[in-house]
Amino acid sequence: MSFEGEASLAEALPPKRRTAWRALRRDPMGMTGAVLVGTFVFLALLAPWIAPYDPAKIDVLNKFQSPDWNHLLGTDHLGRDLLSRIIWGARVALGIAITATGVAGAIGLILGLIAGFGPRWLDAILVLLFDSFSSLPMIMFALAIITVLGPGTQTLILVIVIISIPGYARLIRAQTLSLRMADYIQAERAIGASSARIILRHLLPNVVGPLVILLSMDIPVVIMLEAGLSYLGFGVKPPTPSWGNILYDGYTSLRAAPNMVIVAGAPLVLCTIGFTFLGEGLRDALDPKLKLRVRR
Amino acid sequence: MSVPLLAIRDLTVRYQSNDGAVEALRGVSMRAEAGEVVGIVGESGCGKSTLVAALIALLAANAEISAGTVELQGRDILRRTAAEKRALRGAEIAMVFQDSMTAFSPVLTLGTQLVDFQHNLPNLTRQDKLARAKTMLAKVGIADPALCLGRFPHQLSGGMRQRAAVAAALLMSPQVLVADEPTTALDVTMEAQILHLLRSLRAEINGTILIVTHHLGVIGELCDRVYVMYAGEVVEEATVDDLYHAPRHPYTRALIDCDPAHLATRTAVLPTIPGRPPSLVSPPKGCAFAPRCTLADAQCHSIRPPRVHISPSQAALCHKVAL
Amino acid sequence: MSALFEIDNMVVDLPLDRGLLAAFGAARRRLNILTGVSLSIGHGEMVGLVGESGSGKTTLALAMLGLTPISGGRLVFDGQVLDSARAFGALRRSTAMMFQDPVASLSPRMSVGALLYEPFIIHGLKPANRRDKIVALLEQVGLPPEIASRFPHELSGGQARRVCVARALALEPKLVVADEPTAGLDVSVQGEVLNLMTELKTRLGLSLLIISHNLAMVRHVTDRVAILYLGRLVESGPTAQVFANPRHPYTASLIAAEPQPDPRKRSQNLAVMGEIPSLFDRPQGCEFHTRCAFAQAKCRTTAPELRKTGERQVRCHFAETLDLNNRRVTHGMEH
Repeated sequence: MSFEGEASLAEALPPKRRTAWRALRRDPMGMTGAVLVGTFVFLALLAPWIAPYDPAKIDVLNKFQSPDWNHLLGTDHLGRDLLSRIIWGARVALGIAITATGVAGAIGLILGLIAGFGPRWLDAILVLLFDSFSSLPMIMFALAIITVLGPGTQTLILVIVIISIPGYARLIRAQTLSLRMADYIQAERAIGASSARIILRHLLPNVVGPLVILLSMDIPVVIMLEAGLSYLGFGVKPPTPSWGNILYDGYTSLRAAPNMVIVAGAPLVLCTIGFTFLGEGLRDALDPKLKLRVRR
Repeated sequence: MSVPLLAIRDLTVRYQSNDGAVEALRGVSMRAEAGEVVGIVGESGCGKSTLVAALIALLAANAEISAGTVELQGRDILRRTAAEKRALRGAEIAMVFQDSMTAFSPVLTLGTQLVDFQHNLPNLTRQDKLARAKTMLAKVGIADPALCLGRFPHQLSGGMRQRAAVAAALLMSPQVLVADEPTTALDVTMEAQILHLLRSLRAEINGTILIVTHHLGVIGELCDRVYVMYAGEVVEEATVDDLYHAPRHPYTRALIDCDPAHLATRTAVLPTIPGRPPSLVSPPKGCAFAPRCTLADAQCHSIRPPRVHISPSQAALCHKVAL
Repeated sequence: MSALFEIDNMVVDLPLDRGLLAAFGAARRRLNILTGVSLSIGHGEMVGLVGESGSGKTTLALAMLGLTPISGGRLVFDGQVLDSARAFGALRRSTAMMFQDPVASLSPRMSVGALLYEPFIIHGLKPANRRDKIVALLEQVGLPPEIASRFPHELSGGQARRVCVARALALEPKLVVADEPTAGLDVSVQGEVLNLMTELKTRLGLSLLIISHNLAMVRHVTDRVAILYLGRLVESGPTAQVFANPRHPYTASLIAAEPQPDPRKRSQNLAVMGEIPSLFDRPQGCEFHTRCAFAQAKCRTTAPELRKTGERQVRCHFAETLDLNNRRVTHGMEH
């Protein structure tokens, strides 16, 4: 059958595909977040090379130095350079946070997809599991595990992963459930696609968007959790620098060197702001409904 | 000649879009008298939605009225302040939308909303307004108005909601009632009932009813006079009888021929109008329908067609009509 | 010649309970969507399925293709009884479905080309040249090759619909089920999709089941038609006969209710009053009796059976005594 009007058909196709990246570039808040996050990631990755001093080097004679050209942020109660400790602290904070949320996100994604798309009895069991775990108070659970296994980076990651999985799984499950009945999923079943194919090729790419946003907004939460636990002495073991440890040291030395508290608190705040802005920016950029087009 | 109740003169509306300025309406002129039912028929992209939005002053932010006026009883309603426009809506021009579900707030009962709609009538007490609402619901054919007033919109069926939407529009005693695709979302049997209802309500409305639709059947059942729109222009205006039995514009003729309800004998191959309406970003130089018209010649493609008055009640925008 | 697809007394229920126990199959409450539906589709035949909201027409389409489970009845495709997952698996190769919303039925993150080629991958077929195959499929529905790199949200409704047709035809099926193929299309272009389907039916010997609420359109393109009301088949038969001489009051009211573009044919009286009852509140006896102009006491208490006369089936106690074209009763009705 010949098709008339092909010229007007070509006109009818929209000129450029608007990608998420292009949309993000236009958003000042999102870009601010991206810059902040980028800076901290940069610091974390290059810590061994850009930190001016060894963060564990003790130099008691130079304790509580005010910021000067030798020590840009001063020194702490043991004479350790604060700038170096902050930079290495970024490595610890981001390392734990990104690893923990990444692993939790991946497991949550798989469980959520299975719960949403699989047989109803499996879903019922998984939901029971999720609900049980999320009814545990987070900090208490964390402290309990840490008491049993002893503090340390790996314990921390394990705790955070276990706590976070139900939230991610539930999100993915909800997304999957809503898409399960979508026309295009039915259409794929109608042409004979296997469940595995549907989950991997048709569901996963379409549910992962909100998860990515949630992950990026959870990273500052995990950083805070780690800082809090380290502050309490349950997190990263000294002398490994953690923003939480530095904050604790700053608190105990408040009279002698008030700048320490600010120096430890500032990166926490900036990092949180950065990830939050980035997350919001990503959410707006990935939302297809916000792409305003004039329709006839 | 008396001043028509509603007069749209040379209305031109442009949208700013990513691809440039889109001329959604190009010099549209229409009139409607009190007591008439006027139909506006056209397919997607003809501009009828823009026209409706312009009438109730709810055009999008990126739209611009570059020329023309809309006059209600001789007064220009387009160039009023926002406050005046708000007062205008409901009282002078009321609208029944295609989707009755979104016409009502989902969190308030119907009674509350119908009383709300009468806010422009200051001298009535709430009891009076409720009573008026109840009477109106009965008039639109709802079996148990008192029960209905206490219900939420989602608790009503589609047909009942559409009836309630008509009642809501009528409560304001508007001078112009605009119904935008009033039956498109309804089943055939309910559609027939709503059309019947709209016909019977003519006596209730002192003003005029405008029916905007793509469905020729709805036009045939309800309207006295019809405007056919294509690519942002009125290509033909006629009484409904002349439109169906003596159409003079090639688009009107083709449109009627395509309607499967019109075809008397069974045909396996349905007629179509090949091609697509032109892009309105760069409106065509000549006749907008020329690329798809079987009668088109060089003149049609290069020169804008004149509006030819075939009779006092019928006109067509075409070079070939005059012949 | 035996039919291509036979639906025999199909029943479809929807379980209503949720929760842990229901997930293990113990749902008590069920909503009946379809009962006693018997329909056959012959080779190279275009059958129309007409119904309004609540008629169950989309459920019927999904159930016959095994996309939603049936609670009773028998389905036979090309001589094979469809009673196992394997049988339905084989069905996928020879049938295709087109959904109501063409853009929504295409996976949003796959290009048109990938979508058209996917059926081949799924069924393990490897045509010689992927690009050529895709272009050939697009050409068959009158779309240019450039469309292959587009994504569903970048297509217009009409283009998406054609892509869905192309995809449905990819594996050269024997049966295509099309759910509201003309919904949302302007009248002037409805014909394009329908004419394409008719041409393919003639050229490829394809059978088609067209689901629609648009009677006027169904009247022209289908060979046989079946009318559903609240999940029951109320009438079926050759299209020309059913439209010329409807035997069920609902069919007659559907025909009469269509708005007429000719102002001289304005309907003065309403063909049918009332609303379609809710599925939760199914009327006793004959489902249509609450709105039927000819309802008698028997209609309120006893559900009529589907009676067969020649090529026609009607579910009405008084089908023989009603002259529906003139809206009258020809002779006395038994009570």
